[in-house]
Amino acid sequence: MRSMSGIEEKARKARDKKAAYGTDVDLESYQSEAKSRERVEDSEDLPDVVKEAALGVGVKLDAEATGEYVQMDQTPVVAKSLYEGVEIMDMASALDKYDFLQDYWWKLVAPDADKYTADVAQAQPAGYFIRSKKGMKTVFPVKSCLYLGSSNLNQRVHNVIIAEEGSELHVITGCTTPSHVDRGLHIGVSEFFIQKDAKVSFTMIHSWGKEVEVRPRTGITIAEGGSLSNNYILLKPVKTIQTFPTATLAGRGAVASFNSVIYSTMGNIDIGSNVFLDGPDTSAESISRVVSVGGEVIARGRMTGRVPGARAHLECVGLLLSEKGRIYSIPELDGQSRDLDMSHEAAVGRISEEELEYLMARGLSSDEATSVIVRGFLDVEIKGLPEDLKQEIKKITQREDLKGAS
Amino acid sequence: MVIWLLAIEDLSASIGSKQVLKHFNLRINKGETHALFGPNGTGKTTLLNVIAGIPRYTVDAGRITFKGTDITHMSMDGRARLGIGMAFQRPPALRGLRLKELIKIINPQTDATAILRKMDFEAFAERDVNRGFSGGEVKRSEMVQLLAQEPDFVMLDEPDSGVDLENIKLIGQAINTLTQKDQRPSCRTKSGVIITHFGHILDYMKADRAHVMLGGSIVCSGNPGEILEQIKKSGYEGCAGCEACPV
Repeated sequence: MRSMSGIEEKARKARDKKAAYGTDVDLESYQSEAKSRERVEDSEDLPDVVKEAALGVGVKLDAEATGEYVQMDQTPVVAKSLYEGVEIMDMASALDKYDFLQDYWWKLVAPDADKYTADVAQAQPAGYFIRSKKGMKTVFPVKSCLYLGSSNLNQRVHNVIIAEEGSELHVITGCTTPSHVDRGLHIGVSEFFIQKDAKVSFTMIHSWGKEVEVRPRTGITIAEGGSLSNNYILLKPVKTIQTFPTATLAGRGAVASFNSVIYSTMGNIDIGSNVFLDGPDTSAESISRVVSVGGEVIARGRMTGRVPGARAHLECVGLLLSEKGRIYSIPELDGQSRDLDMSHEAAVGRISEEELEYLMARGLSSDEATSVIVRGFLDVEIKGLPEDLKQEIKKITQREDLKGAS
Repeated sequence: MVIWLLAIEDLSASIGSKQVLKHFNLRINKGETHALFGPNGTGKTTLLNVIAGIPRYTVDAGRITFKGTDITHMSMDGRARLGIGMAFQRPPALRGLRLKELIKIINPQTDATAILRKMDFEAFAERDVNRGFSGGEVKRSEMVQLLAQEPDFVMLDEPDSGVDLENIKLIGQAINTLTQKDQRPSCRTKSGVIITHFGHILDYMKADRAHVMLGGSIVCSGNPGEILEQIKKSGYEGCAGCEACPV
C-alpha cells in the first residue's frame, strides 16, 4: 500500500523551486513520458548497445556479481539478486511488497528540496531497492546501470539502499547515454540507510552526452559503527551536473569517505559532499581531484562537526591545464563543539615543470609526460573497496585519452 | 677524424641573468667515464642540466654535439631518445605513478623485476615514484630508472649523497653496469660523467678521467686518483693556481 499524498502535496508546492546550487534546468523542455522497454530475464539478453554502454562505465555485467539492476529510460529491465541475503528489486515492486518502506521513502531527501526532487516525487517510482540483510557480507558488487536511451527524455530515478546491521555491501552504478542520444536530463534521488556496524561502498561512474544535464540528489545516514566509502567518477563531457550528497554520521564511530575524480573538458560541473558529524568519535574524509582542460568545475566540501571527538578532513586539489577552464574550490568547515579535529587542504595549480622535465629526461615527449602526470593525479587511493572494484576504477581513471589541453 | 661521443665546445650558459658556464670545453670518448670535482656553485650541476636540455637554462654561445649530431637546441626528450640519461640530484616525487609502471613506460621491453632485484628495490615496485623515499632510496630509484633506460651516455649528479655505505657499493655496481666496466676496455661503447663531492663512490666504480671545475670552466684534468689526492692535500684553492689542461 502506498500512502503518498503528503509527499505529492509537498512536491506540488515545490514545482518551481530552484536548487541552491547549479544552473537552472528548464524541466518543461524535456519529455517526461518514456516509451516502455522490454524486460529481460538476465542481463545477457540485453541489447548489445546497452551492454557496451554499461561496460564503458565500468559495469561488466558478465563478471561475477552479487546481483544486477538495469534501467532503460523509465523501465527497470533487469532486477535480480544472486545471493539470498541480498535483495534487489525495482522500486515500484518493492513499494508494493513492503509497507515498512514507508519509513524510508523520502526520509533522507525531502520531496520539496527543490524542483528536481519535486519532479521525481510526482513521477511513477522507478529505480532500485537494494537491501543487504542482517549480517550478510558480500564481496562481489551489485552492478547497476541507469541507461538514458532516448533523446530529450527526463529520466527520473529513485533508489533506496538499506544495509542492515553487520552487513557488507558493495554497489557500482554506471549512468550513461549511448552516443546517439545527444540531449537529455537525468534526475536521480538516492537514499542510503547504513545501519549499525554495516559497511557499504558505493561507486558511481558517469558518462553522459554533451547536451545532457544531471541532477543527483542523495541523502545518507550512518548508524553506530557503520561505514560508507562513496566514490564518484566523471571523465566524459557533460552539459551540466550538480550534486551535493548529504551524509549524517548519526551513531558513535560512524565513518564516511567521499572520493571524487573529475576530468572536465566542457560544461558546468558542480559537485561536492556535505557531511554532518553528529555522533561521538565519528570521522569523515572528502577528497576530490579535478583536472580541467575546459569547462567550469565547482568542487564543494562541507563538514559540520557537532559533537566532541569528531574528526573531519577535506581535500580539494585541482589541475587547471587550459585557459578555457575554471576550477573553483570551496572547502567549508563548520565546528560547533569542543574537541573537534577538522582540517582542509585546497590547491589549484598547473603541472609542475620539474615533474614534466623529469619524465622528458627519460625519453617521454611533453604530451606523454603530461598524460602520465594527469593519470597519476587522478589515481586516488580508495580505501574499503574490494580488489576487483579497485582495478575497475583504476582502469577507468587510467585511460590513455586523459591528457593535457590540446 | 675522431668522432667524440660527446663534445662540448666553448660553451657559455646561463640561468636567469646569471652566466654559470663560461667557455667550457669537454670531450668524452666512447667507453669512457669521467668524474667532475669542484666546490659548490661552480657549475657542475648546471653543466649536466644543460647537456640534458632542461629549458630553464639558456645557451649563450658554443655548442654540444652528441654522436656527431648538434644537440645544442634539441628538446630534452629528443636528447634522451638519442641516448642521454641522467640521475637527478633531487628528483621530484610523482604522485599516482608506481615505480614499476614508470620502468615499463621508460622501456617496455625491459625486465623490471630483474632491475629492481639488482638494486635491492623490489619492495618499492608498487610505491609512487620517489614519494616518501629517503635520500638513499631516491638514489636507488634513479639507478633503477637508468638501468631501464639503458642510455649510451649517463650523467650522475651526486649519486652517492645521502647514501649509506652498503648502498654506495650497490650504486657503484650499477654505474659500472651502465658504463660497461664489466667488459674489456676496447669493447665498451657506453660512457658517463659523474659529479661527486667526496669521491667515496670512486672506491666502488671505475672512472677513467677526472676534471676539476672552478668558476664555470675546467681548470685541471687527469687521472681520478691523482686529482682526488691533490684536492685532499691542498683543497680546491690549490687547483685555482693551475692552468687549464687540454682535455
